[in-house]
Amino acid sequence: MLRTLQITLVAVTAGMILGTILAVCRLSRSRVLSTVAGLYVTCFRSVPLVMVLLWFYLLVPDLVKRIVGNPSLDIRLLSAFVAFSLFEASYYAEIIRAGIQSVSKGQVSAGLALGMTGGETMRLIILPQAFRRMIPLLLTQAIILFQDTSLVYVMGLADFFGVAYNTGDRDGTLVELILFSGAVYLVICFVASTLVRKMQKKIA
Amino acid sequence: MKAVALRVGDTTLQRRRMATILAELDFRVFMQPAVGGGGSYLTYLLYGLGLTLLLSLSSWILAFAVGSLIGVMRTLRGSVLPRVGACYVEIFRNIPLLVQLFIWYFVLPEIVPFFGAWFKQNLSPEIQQFVSATLCLGFFTGARVSEQVRSGIMSLGRGQYGAGLALGFDTAQVYTLILLPVAYRIIIPTLTSEFLNLIKNTAVASTIGLVELAQRSKNMGEYTSRLYESFIAVTILYAIVNLVVMLISRNLEKATRLPGFVGGKK
Repeated sequence: MLRTLQITLVAVTAGMILGTILAVCRLSRSRVLSTVAGLYVTCFRSVPLVMVLLWFYLLVPDLVKRIVGNPSLDIRLLSAFVAFSLFEASYYAEIIRAGIQSVSKGQVSAGLALGMTGGETMRLIILPQAFRRMIPLLLTQAIILFQDTSLVYVMGLADFFGVAYNTGDRDGTLVELILFSGAVYLVICFVASTLVRKMQKKIA
Repeated sequence: MKAVALRVGDTTLQRRRMATILAELDFRVFMQPAVGGGGSYLTYLLYGLGLTLLLSLSSWILAFAVGSLIGVMRTLRGSVLPRVGACYVEIFRNIPLLVQLFIWYFVLPEIVPFFGAWFKQNLSPEIQQFVSATLCLGFFTGARVSEQVRSGIMSLGRGQYGAGLALGFDTAQVYTLILLPVAYRIIIPTLTSEFLNLIKNTAVASTIGLVELAQRSKNMGEYTSRLYESFIAVTILYAIVNLVVMLISRNLEKATRLPGFVGGKK
């Protein structure tokens, strides 16, 4: 469970930071930046998470080792962190972009009229409002991510579900443990999504 | 330790190593005959793509049926049916897909009497995997589709329902003749993204041993030790499928557009 939470937390934080940068790039006036960000988001969104994880499990460590020239690195966990962060960043970028676009244009003009630079307007005026509106969506995405972390199974890393499966396989209690882990996920995610819904009502 | 090993050191050396890796790529590997016969590795991958698409379509049919049923149930009056629908959605949305898949594949054949034993003994492993994956993805996606169907019906407003009843239709007729035809048109874009998600989710089926596209890219990499080439090819294949589905849905949306509704002519 610790590992599940660990991956979720790292991916949510890193994904959100990177996602914000990507969203701002995508909306920026520079053709190059917006194309690059758009390409990144489309690429990651059109490939299954399992495929991304396999890339980061089988190929990227090999690539890094060969480039750095140190064959004895064990970066499986690090690789999982990076894979989830990069993958989630593309999803967060879309949510954040929608959030930024929901703030009215007048706010940008107002910021610029007050003598702020473009970056200051974005940081101090647009993003705070956008984030307040996006909180429910961002949290829902975090719950989805929490469920998706079970897919580190394909990398041979033992998260909560992996441990449950391995224990069941060893003791011949596979049926019970799979059902048990399903129930645990159900309870956690149900409580979390109910809380998010309540919060959404409060904000709206 | 890691920080030391990963520090940016001799950049020219690293650039040279990167160049060697790129130079070593050899896409002629796809023309080699595949292990186990049946043509080249290209056809091996394309067969996997076919299986992925077959799995996606069969689960989509199930998901669409289940989603419509549950979505309609949630908009009905009364207290039992909407609650049953809500329970279904909560259960299937709050358990990870991987866990659900393992429940369908490992758990259900064990605990369902008679039929479970028959399922395990009389069917080949491939059929078992395919059936489990279809049911799992179908019911999982069904929960998501039902949310879209519900919001589509809700967006029409109660007036249409009342008007239908006033014209002498019964509830079933109101839904099949008035509400659903319009609701489906409204939700085509969101249904498309659910379908794209479904295609991507079929990759999870590789965990129970179904040899679909993602699994084949891994296998091919292992047989030929050409992992980079096979992964690049499969990633591109997924991207192409995504693009094609998106184009089809855009045309479908245009073809079924109704005047007076969002996106339609005024």
